[in-house]
Amino acid sequence: MTATGEIRPLQRSVRIGRVSAIWRPRAVAVAASAVLLTLAISILALGIGDFIMTPDRVVATLLGQGNASEQLIVLTVRLPRILTGIAAGIALAVAGAIMQTTARNALASPDLLGVTAGASAGAVAVITLGGTASASGFLREVGVPTAAMLGALLATVLVLVITGRTGLSGIQPLLVGIGVSAFFTGAVSWFLISAPIKDAARANVWLTGSLNQRSWPEFWPIALSILVAAVVLVPLAHRLDSFQLGNDIARSTGVPVARTAIVLIGISVLLTAVSAAAVGPLGFVALMAPHVIRMASGTTRASLFGAAAVGAFVVVASDLVARTVLAPIQLPAGAVIAIIGGPFLVWLLISQRRKTSL
Amino acid sequence: MTLHAGGTGVLRSAPARGLLLLGLLAALVVCIAVGFAVGSRDLSLSAVWAVLAGGGDPEARAILLDQRIPRTLIAVVGGAALAVAGVVIQGHTRNPLADPGLLGVTAGASLFVVIAIAFFGITAPAGFLWFAFAGAALAATIVTVLGRVAGGRRDSSPATLVLAGTAISAVLAAISGIILLLSSSTLDVYRFWTVGSLSGNHDLSQLAPAFVFIGIGLVIAIGHGSTLDALSLGDDTARSLGRNLGRSRIVGLTAVTLLSGGAVALCGSIGFVGLIAPHLVRLLVGPGHRWLLPFSTLVGGMLVLAADTIGRIIILPAEMPVGVVLAMVGAPAFLAILVQTRRARA
Repeated sequence: MTATGEIRPLQRSVRIGRVSAIWRPRAVAVAASAVLLTLAISILALGIGDFIMTPDRVVATLLGQGNASEQLIVLTVRLPRILTGIAAGIALAVAGAIMQTTARNALASPDLLGVTAGASAGAVAVITLGGTASASGFLREVGVPTAAMLGALLATVLVLVITGRTGLSGIQPLLVGIGVSAFFTGAVSWFLISAPIKDAARANVWLTGSLNQRSWPEFWPIALSILVAAVVLVPLAHRLDSFQLGNDIARSTGVPVARTAIVLIGISVLLTAVSAAAVGPLGFVALMAPHVIRMASGTTRASLFGAAAVGAFVVVASDLVARTVLAPIQLPAGAVIAIIGGPFLVWLLISQRRKTSL
Repeated sequence: MTLHAGGTGVLRSAPARGLLLLGLLAALVVCIAVGFAVGSRDLSLSAVWAVLAGGGDPEARAILLDQRIPRTLIAVVGGAALAVAGVVIQGHTRNPLADPGLLGVTAGASLFVVIAIAFFGITAPAGFLWFAFAGAALAATIVTVLGRVAGGRRDSSPATLVLAGTAISAVLAAISGIILLLSSSTLDVYRFWTVGSLSGNHDLSQLAPAFVFIGIGLVIAIGHGSTLDALSLGDDTARSLGRNLGRSRIVGLTAVTLLSGGAVALCGSIGFVGLIAPHLVRLLVGPGHRWLLPFSTLVGGMLVLAADTIGRIIILPAEMPVGVVLAMVGAPAFLAILVQTRRARA
């Protein structure tokens, strides 16, 4: 406010028809660079492997100008795997951003809702009890993802039924989720120590989360649920800002808190379950991506779009590192995510401090 | 991040709480007696008593002195340490989702145990003790220093500490994960350590350092109660109440490191106890740390001991490791209690 009493808004806004938003140049720049980085790393990843292609050949092949072998390698072998990684990264990061905002807790992640543990128990049960050590690809293709999906469903139903009896106040839903997760995690440990070491090792690979041998059948379910989530989230996303201020303030600004929270958490569960069934748990993405985008863009809550871009980048980059660094051994992507994402988070924490204290 | 959303607990008056504390102590003694007597070879209480008095037949002596007494002690002390560590870390971060592993303690201990198995060829649990403790201490130091560096000049804010702990834990766990993926013989030993099995013979003199660390940690933590109460009002209020935040933070984090490092060294990684025991006790006696800390000590010790005893007899002749029992029996019990207290309040 200036001396003449003229009111000047502190932040500029953009308005399109009835929709308006605050114009945050830094947030937009950060999100745009995350998208560009994801594109760049994807093109790089499409070119790297047993048969190495330069980025310009990759782009040419994507545009339909490659020769037959280039087409086979890029479009049939590597593209579906990388798209699956992008989709899983988006799904997990959006689920994480929703959880952190609605629970208003930096440690909240969709893993606490029991879905991931349920999916893990289902998958590990099939791997260790199914007698699949010698099994053909059929059980891997059908058995494990289906079992994971069933486990996730079972966990979701349990959490819903029990939360219905404890109420939604405070951190009750998260405590219920923690209890249900602990039960299924215990089951996973039990399967792991009862199984022959060969099966336990295979289960351990699944539990790490991997894009190895993932293709279109894994991509489409995640992509579809992202589409569903987007349709639901676009009209709801602005309410997340009210949630950030606490349930009471959110309610007083006219947000139907309980109903919105249930829809938002439902979306989070859907995205996490589908992604876990397709590629395994891929820990840390959901927790890290929202914090990274929040700190990098200097906002109080993570934008869903920005978090999605960071999530996609981290998963694709991790997969690239995981399959090249110890070649010919292909590590699962999940093994590398924290090694790439963790130091990045720490660096952001420290560099943010310098900015605020100067 | 409301820590104390649950009201002031079922028991409001000090005499009621004192009585319950005594009752819990008596229950713990009963649990210990049952823990001595029950197992794949049941002993009568009189046989147990004979051994404790210095006599008894040789077989009973061997079972009790080499196995059941040490593992009972380990379970009670380890459980108490984890629960108290959980109270302290939840109080310091003002985050009800914080568990004793938050400072990287569990991940650090696990990584060093994995290294001990993979590169030093150690397979006996007794050999893991110093590795586990060194890993726990190293990780907690890194997280605390990072929290201070990132949190500003005077104090590491809880939010920064939480994020630093999460990030470092994830990195350490990822390194363990890669070693385990590359070496299935390491996984073969590690998978039994990580579920916290207490079976087998124990030499208490080898485990003595862990007991000492936990003892020091418990003393610090119990004396830390009023500081935790002040911190629960927020950092600024705590400061205006005359607390030196930087020093309180160091004291609290040292206690957490000693307690959870010692517990992980003793029992393997069974973090669930540290997360839920404080919540259970808060349902009973509310958020004040004067009651929360002693109650958590007893409840934590009893939970792990009960889980270990159940694990010995639930799938005879085999044993179910204490970590698995805690999760598969403890979690449903925890959920039932959540539902019941809601009903009691309604």
